[in-house]
Amino acid sequence: MKSVLSAITASVALSLASGAQAETLRLLTWGSYAPDNVIEMFEEKYPDIDVEVTYSNNEEMIAKLRATGGAGFDLAQPSHDRIYAAQLEFDIYKPLDLSQIDTSNMTPKLLDGVKENATIDGEVYAVPHQWGTTGLMVNTAEAPDVKSWGDLCDPAYQGKTSMRLKRTILLATAYSLGEDPFAAYSDLDKYQGILDDVTEKLIECKDNIKAYWQGGDDLSAMMLSGEIVASESWDSTAYKLFGENPDIKFVPPATGALAWIDTFVLPRKGKADDAAYKWINFVLQPEIVELMSASTGAIASINGAADLLPADKKAAVNAAFSDADIDNLKFFANIPPGVEDMEGKALEKIKAATGG
Amino acid sequence: MTEHAFDLECIDVSRQFGSVRAVDNVSLSIPRGSFFSILGPSGCGKTTLMRMIAGFENPDHGDIRIKGKSVLKAAPNKRNVKMVFQHLALFPMMNVHDNIAYGLRCAGVPAAEITRKVQDVLERVALPDVAKRDIQQLSGGQKQRIAIARCMVLDPDVLLLDEPLGALDLKLREAMKIELKLLQHQFNTTFVYITHDQSEALVMSDQVAVMNQGRFEQVGTPQMLYQQPETAFVAGFVGDANLWHGKVESMTELGAVLRTPAGTALQARLAGSQRCRVGDEVNIYTRPEFMSVLPSGGETSNNAGTRGTAGADNVLEGRVDSVLFNGANSRLLIRTAEQALVEADVTLTGGSDDIKPGEAVKLQWSMQQTLCFPASAAQAS
Amino acid sequence: MVDAADSVLPCICGTGELIAVGSDIRKLSLLLLFLPFSLWILLLIILPHVGMVVLSLREKVAPRVYEFGFGNYIDFFMEPIYWNTLIRTGLMSLLVTFLALLIGFPVAYYIAKLAGNRTKGMLFMLCLIPLWVSDLIRAFGWILLLRESGIISSFLMSSGLIDTPIEFLYTDATVIMGLVYTVMLFMIVPLVSTLDGMDNAMIEAGYNLGGNGFTVLRRIIIPYAMPGIVSGCIVVFMMTAGSYLTPILMGGKNSSWFTEQIYDQFISRYNWESGAAFGFLLLAFTSVVVWLGLKLSGQTLSSTVAKS
Repeated sequence: MKSVLSAITASVALSLASGAQAETLRLLTWGSYAPDNVIEMFEEKYPDIDVEVTYSNNEEMIAKLRATGGAGFDLAQPSHDRIYAAQLEFDIYKPLDLSQIDTSNMTPKLLDGVKENATIDGEVYAVPHQWGTTGLMVNTAEAPDVKSWGDLCDPAYQGKTSMRLKRTILLATAYSLGEDPFAAYSDLDKYQGILDDVTEKLIECKDNIKAYWQGGDDLSAMMLSGEIVASESWDSTAYKLFGENPDIKFVPPATGALAWIDTFVLPRKGKADDAAYKWINFVLQPEIVELMSASTGAIASINGAADLLPADKKAAVNAAFSDADIDNLKFFANIPPGVEDMEGKALEKIKAATGG
Repeated sequence: MTEHAFDLECIDVSRQFGSVRAVDNVSLSIPRGSFFSILGPSGCGKTTLMRMIAGFENPDHGDIRIKGKSVLKAAPNKRNVKMVFQHLALFPMMNVHDNIAYGLRCAGVPAAEITRKVQDVLERVALPDVAKRDIQQLSGGQKQRIAIARCMVLDPDVLLLDEPLGALDLKLREAMKIELKLLQHQFNTTFVYITHDQSEALVMSDQVAVMNQGRFEQVGTPQMLYQQPETAFVAGFVGDANLWHGKVESMTELGAVLRTPAGTALQARLAGSQRCRVGDEVNIYTRPEFMSVLPSGGETSNNAGTRGTAGADNVLEGRVDSVLFNGANSRLLIRTAEQALVEADVTLTGGSDDIKPGEAVKLQWSMQQTLCFPASAAQAS
Repeated sequence: MVDAADSVLPCICGTGELIAVGSDIRKLSLLLLFLPFSLWILLLIILPHVGMVVLSLREKVAPRVYEFGFGNYIDFFMEPIYWNTLIRTGLMSLLVTFLALLIGFPVAYYIAKLAGNRTKGMLFMLCLIPLWVSDLIRAFGWILLLRESGIISSFLMSSGLIDTPIEFLYTDATVIMGLVYTVMLFMIVPLVSTLDGMDNAMIEAGYNLGGNGFTVLRRIIIPYAMPGIVSGCIVVFMMTAGSYLTPILMGGKNSSWFTEQIYDQFISRYNWESGAAFGFLLLAFTSVVVWLGLKLSGQTLSSTVAKS
């Protein structure tokens, strides 16, 4: 209830504010995806554009845009799997004018992958910005044997592991059970069967979990204090902790790390498309990518982006990934309508189960 | 075991609050079935004394006995002393029946008996039909009676009343005075009544204690307090009085001859056990009803329009400043040569010889009705 | 409000032109005074709720295709997880309310009846302190204190009382403790204001007429304070049942709180329709509990919440 109220008030406030200044770029993005130094450089280059940033996550981005029918923001950055179904159901994005975007230096594999996922009726709705993975974060001194998703449920680490109770862990567990959940998206009955097995497995596992983490901060605190020794984690979070404790490493699970690509999309009622295109082109320049990656820990979707990572992150990535791991990445597939509901129910069941 | 003659005794009771001695060595004993008042100005310690009797305060020193037994160790709810509070403290969330039944329930009286006793006490306070009413539906006088009934139903040894008439309007207060006295007779229980209103105390009480600055100034019947005040405070506080300051010029067998600063000579007798010597500063009191008012130059003392005794030990000349008409109790304000206002009671008949403002008059009164107290005693208000 | 003014108007107007003008001005100023409030109620409370009702009665049949129906409500009753969570939330909230009353009553009694003026103010400030920091910061504070590697656990370890660290977080007891702490002020304020209005003589009369401490508490103080008790309980119960951050942050893996499910429906599952239905079910549930509480205690809304 509260969130709807705040969404409405926020949109009222924002639409009032937007009337006054045409040259404001209202950016809806992830924490650390708009570092101050990049904004300063952008505003220096385009003095007539003001950048306003709202930090959010996938779910909230879509909820915010849905509340207003795509108004209130000029540029948003949901993950690549959150575009197709969201657009079909809620009509919150507008097609991109690809001629305005310099795609020449984009990693072709990522650009094509995103285009494939985000094309409706021949119109492209998203281009890639940065990508990263979700895998395991392991304190290798305490838990050297954690190699796969299933190891989080190993009784040897009773009460010393963690995960985030969101759809990622459902998919990860499906892989660890030998299934291919993305392939099953086309057959929802089959997918429900997989989900039931996953639910059962994760309820069993609940006893082994110390707590479900909510965000990077509580995960980091638990890991650094030694309260947990292994957890599901974003790679960027793991890289940050690697800097503080070299025993803490990102481990791509045996079944492959799950890869996500954060994209650029234009909200349907955005008012500053030109400024938005300028921002997209601006942040994909190699010298800006370097600054951006230092802030986010994620890799930009341009050629040679890995080399633009700051040295400490590069070391962390090298410690984590071999070439084989890169080949084994599992990119999130588009979420077909209805799947979020199925997954949501599974998550509720796990949460409500009394595992200890 | 014989029944103890006194329902309530206080023996050398003291109570100190910080540097203030609220109650200072007070002793009293109240015989069975009497109406006893403690009269004093606010802040004199009478409420503290009452709270100690009820058990809400403990004396620093002294003993309190009810029916001969010390109650100092008994908690308030274990003393058979009930109290009617200043604002009555009826329980607004209970109806009349429950208010009265509260004490009986606390005592574990069986339900059937409670109903009977409540009805019985309601009839005794002449409110037989209000049992089911809410407190808010009662009039001021009815509340008063319910508050008394709530205590009396418990058959207390002593009933304390803490200025319960203060909140009522004048008319009702006059009526309640009589009613309280009747109720006390009817229940034949010892009432201890606290008030700052002398008329309440005088009208209702068998005995009155006048209290000032934590001490009892005098204990006695209303008549005694009025006619033979033992201290200047009592003389000034109980009833009306004209006051002069003066110096003792000579002592006689009957009293003293005094002279005011303006040079007027007055004769007075020494009150109670007071002593003074020649040269002492004294205060002199005379009640207005003892002053005879005569037309100026008149010789006889049995002139129409005056009342009071005819003794002419003291004489003052003056002029009537104003007439306060109140039927049989009318009063004159007379400005004397000393420029002081003297009050004197007269009966105005409405005839042509009634005294009018501006007339020159002569005041005279007997030294028997003139009391002097050494001025070192507390100043009268 | 305007209606009420209108109905008064004719009898005033009869007395003359001047008064009629005056009453017009009064009417206008009354209107202006209530305008922001009415707008606030209308725009931010009534309209969204009407929207929510409409939303909750839509069933999704296909992308961007909806049908009128009670499916979202039926779903709730068909799925034990949902109503179990609601009942659990309700029971825990009742427990929190009860504990807050149990702890708050003596404190309120002390503030209203025993404390001096200065102590009174200080104690009120103490109750206010939890509200000076946001929910989030407060919850994080607790987390720092109670976690396995937190201050209390380390202190107990270093003092030799325990050998292995203890996790105080992530239990129902922690959630209840956190909630009680948060809502305490809302219990104490109405209690203090009713107890303040109670003549001390009433308590003394209770003793004087033969009651012991327990009787006086049960027969006099509590019945007298009942409007405050009920009003505090209503506010606290509503706040607790509707709270979100404290149960989520402190509850750990087994903390199912109904608001979390509403949030999940709205945000994670994009299912606004059933989120709206859940929201209304929570509103209905808490209303029924409050209504039952009023019935059982023999109070009315106007004698409790409106008064304190």
